[in-house]
Amino acid sequence: MRWKTTAAAAAIAVLALAGSAAAEGELNIFNWGDYTNPELIKKFETQHNVKVTVTDYDSNDTALAKVRAGGHGFDIVVPSANYVPIWVKEGLLLEARPDQMENFKNVDQRWVDVPWDPGRRYTVPWQWGVSGIGVNTKVYGGDINTSAIWLDPPAELVGKINVEPEMTDVLFATIKYFGGDWCTKDLEVLKKVRDKLVEAKPKWLAMDYSVTEKLPAGDYSAVYYWNGAIMRSRLKNPDIKFGYPKEGYPVFMDSVAILADAKNVDNAKLFMNFIMDPENAALISAFAKYANGIKGSEQFMPEDMRTAPELVVPAEFEKAGEFLTTCEPDVQELYTRIWTEIQK
Amino acid sequence: MATAAETAKHAEQEQVRRRWLLSTPALIIIFVAAIGPLFVMLAYSFMAKGDYGDVKFGTFSLDGWTSVLFQRDIFDDTLGLADAHLSILWRSLRLSFYTTVLTLIFGFPTAYFISTRPPHTREIWVFLVTIPFWTNLLIRTFAMQQVIRNEGLVNTALIWLGIIERPLQIMHTDVAILLGMVYVYLPLMVLPLYASMEKLDFRLVEAGYDLYASRLQVLWRIIIPLVKPGIIAGSILVFIPSLGAYVIPRILGGGKNMMLGNLIELQFGSGRNWPLGAAISITLMAMVMVALLVYVRNATRSGAGHG
Repeated sequence: MRWKTTAAAAAIAVLALAGSAAAEGELNIFNWGDYTNPELIKKFETQHNVKVTVTDYDSNDTALAKVRAGGHGFDIVVPSANYVPIWVKEGLLLEARPDQMENFKNVDQRWVDVPWDPGRRYTVPWQWGVSGIGVNTKVYGGDINTSAIWLDPPAELVGKINVEPEMTDVLFATIKYFGGDWCTKDLEVLKKVRDKLVEAKPKWLAMDYSVTEKLPAGDYSAVYYWNGAIMRSRLKNPDIKFGYPKEGYPVFMDSVAILADAKNVDNAKLFMNFIMDPENAALISAFAKYANGIKGSEQFMPEDMRTAPELVVPAEFEKAGEFLTTCEPDVQELYTRIWTEIQK
Repeated sequence: MATAAETAKHAEQEQVRRRWLLSTPALIIIFVAAIGPLFVMLAYSFMAKGDYGDVKFGTFSLDGWTSVLFQRDIFDDTLGLADAHLSILWRSLRLSFYTTVLTLIFGFPTAYFISTRPPHTREIWVFLVTIPFWTNLLIRTFAMQQVIRNEGLVNTALIWLGIIERPLQIMHTDVAILLGMVYVYLPLMVLPLYASMEKLDFRLVEAGYDLYASRLQVLWRIIIPLVKPGIIAGSILVFIPSLGAYVIPRILGGGKNMMLGNLIELQFGSGRNWPLGAAISITLMAMVMVALLVYVRNATRSGAGHG
């Protein structure tokens, strides 16, 4: 008797699964943690009758490794600009041609012919921002517009610093700190970079991602981190101030792409088009506090974002910001080795 | 009679065959799920690393193994000791050792307490010890973080009491990892200790006192030798998972103070060096195996001694 019930239950389960797969039902998004507005997802779900599942990752490399391993079941991924060419080269992305979609006209011209995806054949903008300095001004009152905050920290901040565990951003700022160019092969500069990082690392407290929680709570007094997260920290704790490293700081953009082996391609395309709508793009930014690259989305954003010191780059620091590009493989290899060395 | 002997032999053969057949599913699972992957790891550790993770199949390379202990300097290309790996290895061994000692110090009196309660209440005490297991390890670790962080329970209380002026930096240090591991692995020490203490014949303790042994002598010369198998089993149960701990150092160590588990994860993730990750995994396993061998030898010796 019991096995019959079990069999019946199993049959129903199978039917239910088959049913949900056949209905217009699903979209699986693989995105950075703490980055996706639940309201945006809810809106998409109701508008298109699709059940969305969001799964987190914490670094470009983690995402790449997971998807390369196969069997992931994701439809959408949001890699950073310097990783998009790797994803394309490895054949992991679908050429979804977002440039032919209805809402593509809303994409800011600045973000159309981008070096990592000329003409936007694979990806659409998600958010863009910069890596900068966040300091609790109650702990340190000096100049914070410099990478010295975490590379040559003042005594008040030693042992209270968190540095984002993202190789390219950390190396970028350090290379700039010594006057080098991004993707440089100059061993003299790189040796200084390595030595400085090895020397500075013991003065840091952590290399972690939980800044929006720990910076306002006082666990960290200074961070080298992404501007949106620092803005969110400031909203929780007004003592937090944002600084633009005058020596040079990296600009990033994360873009939405569809995976080559996505099972819900139609829904994924719907989603791409959906987020290029200014009102929806504004929702993305309202949550994570980064700019989004869609024209006209500002008018839907909360007032505090339009004037936020973390988002509106002061003219004097505008030139110091530079877009992160993908370096040649041999340079990349060199940088990875420096990075591994400071991972003690 | 010959026929009876033959039938008996036949029946025995039949039974052996049946036993083997019955254990086939278990054996298959062990081979496919446990031993098979080990061989994959072993093979990977001898291959060249792929550009974006993975390995280059069929390309033999010893790089994975040499870089467990050695590294080539980026700038002058000389081969030196991989002090990064060695310091992580040393931290893992040191913290696992401290964890074992501390859980023993806290676990021993606990187990003694339980085993000296009246028999019908012991089960309740054992049950209480297992309560933390009801909650996911991750959640327990985050709970620990709430206790020791700068604005957490401990620091707030100490500041309120006026004992310290500014918060003690416990989070993101080795001490935080140690606290987390002691908390999480304590039950693994208490349970085997209790199991062997429960069997302890307390008449021997009384006999010791009758013969004018001091408390310390009773503990040192009667109780400890008798519960030694429990101490060893508990130590092994704590030491081995400590050595491979991943979640606790990841959360409480702040991604800066790595242990072996994190180093392995790094190689399969952003380090993009799978052969090295495989080689470190196998090294870790070899260390565990040595610890177990020592245990087995010790256990058989003490087993023989106490009959």
